[in-house]
Amino acid sequence: MDREKDKGSFSRGSNPFFDVFLETFFSFATRTSALFVFLTIFAIIASLFWGSWPAIKRFGLSFLFSSEWNPVTEKFGALVAIYGTLVTSIIAMLIGVPVSFGIAIFITELCPPWLKRPVATAIELLAAIPSIIYGMWGLFVFAPFFADNIEPWISDTLGQMPLVGPLFSGPPLGIGVLTAGIILSIMVIPFMAAVFRDLFEVVPPVLKESAYGIGATTWEVLKSIVFPYTKIGLVGGMMLGLGRALGETMAVTFVIGNADRLEKSLLMPGNTISSSLANQFTEAVGEIYTSALIELGLILFFITFVVLALSKFLLFRLTQKEGVRT
Amino acid sequence: MAKERADLVKEMENTMENGLMNQQEVRREARGLRELSIKLKVKNLDFYYGSFHALHSISLDIPENQVTAIIGPSGCGKSTLIRVFNRIYELYPRQYATGEIILDGRNILSPKEDLNLLRAQVGMVFQKPTPFPMSVYDNIAFGVKLYERLSRAQMDERVEWALRKAALWDEVKDKLKQSGTALSGGQQQRLCIARAIAVKPEVLLLDEPCSALDPISTAKVEQLIEELVDDYTIIIVTHNMQQAARVSDFTAFMYLGKLIEFDNTSKIFTNPRKKETEDYITGRFG
Amino acid sequence: MSALKNIDMGLYRKRRFFNFLILFCTMLATAFGLLWLVWLLVTLFANGFQYLNMAVFTQPTPPPGESGGLANAIVGSLVITVVGVLIGGPVGILAGTFLSEYATHSRIAPAIRFINDVLLSAPSIILGVFVYQIVVVPTGHFSGWAGALALAFIALPIIVRTTEDMMKLVPNAVREAAAALGAPKWKVTVAIVYRAAKAGILTGVLLAIARISGETAPLLFTALNNQFWTSGLNEPIANLPVVIFQFAMSPYEDWQHLAWAGALLITVSVLVINIISRTIFGNR
Repeated sequence: MDREKDKGSFSRGSNPFFDVFLETFFSFATRTSALFVFLTIFAIIASLFWGSWPAIKRFGLSFLFSSEWNPVTEKFGALVAIYGTLVTSIIAMLIGVPVSFGIAIFITELCPPWLKRPVATAIELLAAIPSIIYGMWGLFVFAPFFADNIEPWISDTLGQMPLVGPLFSGPPLGIGVLTAGIILSIMVIPFMAAVFRDLFEVVPPVLKESAYGIGATTWEVLKSIVFPYTKIGLVGGMMLGLGRALGETMAVTFVIGNADRLEKSLLMPGNTISSSLANQFTEAVGEIYTSALIELGLILFFITFVVLALSKFLLFRLTQKEGVRT
Repeated sequence: MAKERADLVKEMENTMENGLMNQQEVRREARGLRELSIKLKVKNLDFYYGSFHALHSISLDIPENQVTAIIGPSGCGKSTLIRVFNRIYELYPRQYATGEIILDGRNILSPKEDLNLLRAQVGMVFQKPTPFPMSVYDNIAFGVKLYERLSRAQMDERVEWALRKAALWDEVKDKLKQSGTALSGGQQQRLCIARAIAVKPEVLLLDEPCSALDPISTAKVEQLIEELVDDYTIIIVTHNMQQAARVSDFTAFMYLGKLIEFDNTSKIFTNPRKKETEDYITGRFG
Repeated sequence: MSALKNIDMGLYRKRRFFNFLILFCTMLATAFGLLWLVWLLVTLFANGFQYLNMAVFTQPTPPPGESGGLANAIVGSLVITVVGVLIGGPVGILAGTFLSEYATHSRIAPAIRFINDVLLSAPSIILGVFVYQIVVVPTGHFSGWAGALALAFIALPIIVRTTEDMMKLVPNAVREAAAALGAPKWKVTVAIVYRAAKAGILTGVLLAIARISGETAPLLFTALNNQFWTSGLNEPIANLPVVIFQFAMSPYEDWQHLAWAGALLITVSVLVINIISRTIFGNR
């Protein structure tokens, strides 16, 4: 309170005109800023549309289904990039979801109290590391390790199996779609684990107590009480992770190999929307090339927007029910 | 001697059936004539929330197939005490108990005690109704499935048995597939009692089971307690002295984490030995 | 232990084993998560530390085959990060204030909150394309301003979100007490609520700084890069993330070594900022 007296400007608050002016000005400033945030998203959509208009006009819907990407002949299609984006994200989710579940369960139910903070903090620090570090580390450390130790084994076992064989065969390059998916999974794990943890803590303790009270084990309490109670939110949390994976750029760009061909094998190089942009945008010459890249960006924005909107909606529904905010 | 008592019990029950005496009184008198054996023996129990010493050297013998009420002002430790009997407090860090609680000849506070089996033997109903997020049927079947492999028909039978025991069957028999959370508050609480007895525990812990209920539901739950006591040892925590007087055979009065007095309910309410007890039941504090 | 009459011990043993198995798997999952962190930090320190020397801080980025440092990139990064926060911070705090203090019954507030949450997780490269479209294309060249603006757009939603959350933690009774003394609303907000939520808002700003100081994707086509010292924000400016990207992807070993040193610098500063912000908030 003593500091308030020091602020000279406030002592003039006794002047009614000045007060009214400040009141109006301050509320106007907050309102304008909030409106600015609101309008940003429309500005983004408009600018992406505007930038990709030449490509939309030229290629129409076939842009979505063509796998040709040839800057020389100026023929562009988004299929390879869309496919790579989806496949890397699916791999990331296949690994990331179970691991995030495990971490969230370990921290909320199993971890001794003295270990809780350190483990939770360490997992959160994993989220703080910039994505370019993951990318560089993936390129120099993980990819060679993966090529030498894991990939030969994968193509010898999974690669020989019927049906899934073609997905896992090919030379051990280290970089490729599978590597990108694995690196992505490490990046989304902390996000999903944090959401899951928050959700598990929303479950009323008395509900868990009454399940433990009839002799249920920790796993049975989770399966029968905690998961059903939080299921909408859990799906929302997965969507949030998926949204992150779809849009992640640098970590993928380093390790995916940037090949604009459609390959069956996950061990082969590929491309994602974001890595195409990162690699080619500044080098793109000609209106159509740039415009096609911006259209890729528009597609990415559309996909992530839908996924994130769905995630917010699902998480919102659960927290509404509980009357708390995440 | 025992045979004589049994005859007397039978006679009493006959009298009741003839409608000659008030049903509750007869039952209570009949119970009083049973030979008492001790179900739970609490010896020098101390309980701590971190550094807070919540229970001070509690010793008491809880008789089998009787209703024991624990009363006392808020914060006296009555809920804490009941939560030791099935060790539900262990879900939380920094809560621990020392001393002994003997159930069927073994110390349930021993680290070797299997908590899941203990909780199957000592069931609990909480202050607020806690139906699980599943159907009425599955709420009951959940606990049973944990311990027994039953056929579909046997399970149906068990669910019906538990719901009938909890005097809920007639109200929900057409809603078994509906969510348990859709029932009224009083029905939910009886569902929780049914869920607890479906596992066939030996001891039933009731932690202020009526505090969130309306008077009619309360009366139903109290009547239920009367009926269940033939098969179970019941321990009920209540802040409602009339309720303790109505339903219990024995009453423990607690104050500031200490057990002040433990005796026959009629003795506690008519002729308490300690001044604190008298002050409390006559409403001078608490 | 006396088995209860109705209990199927075989079933119980199976349940207990299954429970143990699952909980064991959660431990493995946690170990798996931590393994990456340890592996990444160990290799980062092992590689980065040996190439970290005085030249890194004093000399500008070299052409291939020559010796040099990262001085211009470090300074450039600092400049655009600071400018980015100076743009995004005030707007974000004001917008968060609106959501917390002024929009309690407003119908647009949930929409703003929703859009802000989407922006929070939107791909950062899209913001790069956006700023390219609205700044680089009209001005005709890449610039430090464009890079700072792109970073501001990334910092903005983080600051909006934490500001709102932290201001909402201030109990209403405090506002009422101040208003009851006759203080006008702006004064209640500025002198009371801001002061009460100070540590929380600062944490949000610090987290935003940590986030944007490692951002690469949005700088690729806004700030671009510059091999030399830059005279102002009106031209392409060197910055650590883009330098790391270019040097690491290059075939030259000297450049790759500098990339490791830069990566170590960025990671350490991001982690330090994170830990500082946790401590500030923890001591609130």
